[in-house]
Amino acid sequence: MSRRSIARRDPPVLAGALIFLSIAYFAVVLLLPLATVSVEALRRGFGGYFQALQDPDAISAIRLTLLVAAIAVPLNTVFGLAAAWAVSKFEFWGKSALVTLIDIPFSISPVISGLVFVLLYGANGWFGPLLDKYNIQVIFTVTGLVLATTLVTLPFVARELIPLMQAQGSDEESAAATLGAGPWRTFFLVTLPNIRWALMYGVLLCTARAMGEFGAVAVVSGTIRGETATMPLHVEILYNEYQSVAAFAVASLLALFALVTLAVKTLLEAQFADELAAQRAR
Amino acid sequence: MTAAARKRGWRFAEPSALPGFGPALGFTLAYLSFFVLLPLTALTLRPWEAGFDHFWGVMTNERTIDAFKLSFGASFVAACINAVFGTVVAWVLVRYDFPGRRLLDAFVDLPFALPTAVAGISLAAIYAPNGLVGSLFDPYGVRIAYTPLGVMIALVFVGFPFVVRSIQPVLEDFDSEAEEAAATLGAGRIRTIFHVVAPALLPALLAGFSLSFARAVGEYGSVIFIAGNIPNVSEIAPLLIVIRLEEFDYAGAAGVGLVMLVVSFVFLLILNALQGAAGRRGRA
Repeated sequence: MSRRSIARRDPPVLAGALIFLSIAYFAVVLLLPLATVSVEALRRGFGGYFQALQDPDAISAIRLTLLVAAIAVPLNTVFGLAAAWAVSKFEFWGKSALVTLIDIPFSISPVISGLVFVLLYGANGWFGPLLDKYNIQVIFTVTGLVLATTLVTLPFVARELIPLMQAQGSDEESAAATLGAGPWRTFFLVTLPNIRWALMYGVLLCTARAMGEFGAVAVVSGTIRGETATMPLHVEILYNEYQSVAAFAVASLLALFALVTLAVKTLLEAQFADELAAQRAR
Repeated sequence: MTAAARKRGWRFAEPSALPGFGPALGFTLAYLSFFVLLPLTALTLRPWEAGFDHFWGVMTNERTIDAFKLSFGASFVAACINAVFGTVVAWVLVRYDFPGRRLLDAFVDLPFALPTAVAGISLAAIYAPNGLVGSLFDPYGVRIAYTPLGVMIALVFVGFPFVVRSIQPVLEDFDSEAEEAAATLGAGRIRTIFHVVAPALLPALLAGFSLSFARAVGEYGSVIFIAGNIPNVSEIAPLLIVIRLEEFDYAGAAGVGLVMLVVSFVFLLILNALQGAAGRRGRA
């Protein structure tokens, strides 16, 4: 409708030039890297490609990535639900400071997100000697990977839910509570159906980031092949060993996953625009 | 706070009929303390444990200064490029209809979705001297990969969505009457865009610029492959943290991290103030 307003119509030459410029920019800046991944991965044909994916280290990297995401994402989902419940349904002192605090992990470098856990739990860390006494190792283990990944992806679910649940208010929950529904019943039968799409959206973004995280896990992992190398770290190992085809083969799986994420994200945005929080920039 | 509540004196939380306030807030605070507050405390305190002189030594080291210059400089240039092209792309996506528009719109978020290491090795392959684009420039003696130029290209890639996604909603909601009034009163199209549309977009543009800049300063995965990491030339600040850690210089690593965080924070505060000023001007 607004596209047809005559006064707002740009000269066709200008419009054409801008559209062309945008498409060219997309092609060079965004699509070229994506296309390069598949071209480089298939440089030695499908045989070489599948051979690279069947490498035991590649398989253990895939397993490890799924494991880390399977711990970090549910943790942050529960956190997101708890934080959103507290922030949106109650009035308390210091609320805006709490909301600011939740967003902090987005504004720090992934490398710093890994560094802080080394400073705390590394051999020279604050709690290093204590952990050592009980023979617990955090850094260079899966625990470290989970900690770093959880910190990096901490805000995703919470920041989708908070604006939505604030906008929805607490009338429905109050009614349920007044009519005698218990806390869990209220949550599962009243709140959850109202927020399910936003929740799914947050979990999707959280999972995508958790599986693709590189900087933070690079610092805490020690990149031990077949042991603490997640898929992105395995890509780095292979690339540094000049095993280009294998590196791009593993990378292609991550790229494929990114494309699926984009597709589901676009679908959710198109279908449930009203139910999703109206904040797309991040 | 309601008048009744004020009469009862200060209280931490307003009374509510809903259950679960205690457990939900308790869990939230415990979680944030463990994952955010405790780590940030360590980052703030540990740079000083080897003495101020050690901290100062690390910070005034030529290699550190060069890394900071590169990180902040390349991030600034990349954010400027993203501001220009992000505005053009947002304009095209909102104002024009053409085949493939929705697909393009969905692909804007690719840099968010694509793991940084994947983007990193791919960009390195494209812009290396024997790569698809690198080989076009190599005969003229222009090197892209393994130079600051390569760092900047990677940062343009990762920061691209921020400006588009900041401007898009503002442009969609933009009041068309002002634009039509300007046109009716005889302002040319270009003049209308610069005097009517641009001031309204400025706050969103600055917001997108800051997000893109902040992301670029901390970026690691997509940069280190194309950068080549030559000390004093193409070594970024986040990589310096990793190098200090590998040397078991925890205080030095924490120092670099803390300075990065503080400088970005100050920069964001300044941009935030500018954004507020632009917002007031845009409304006036």
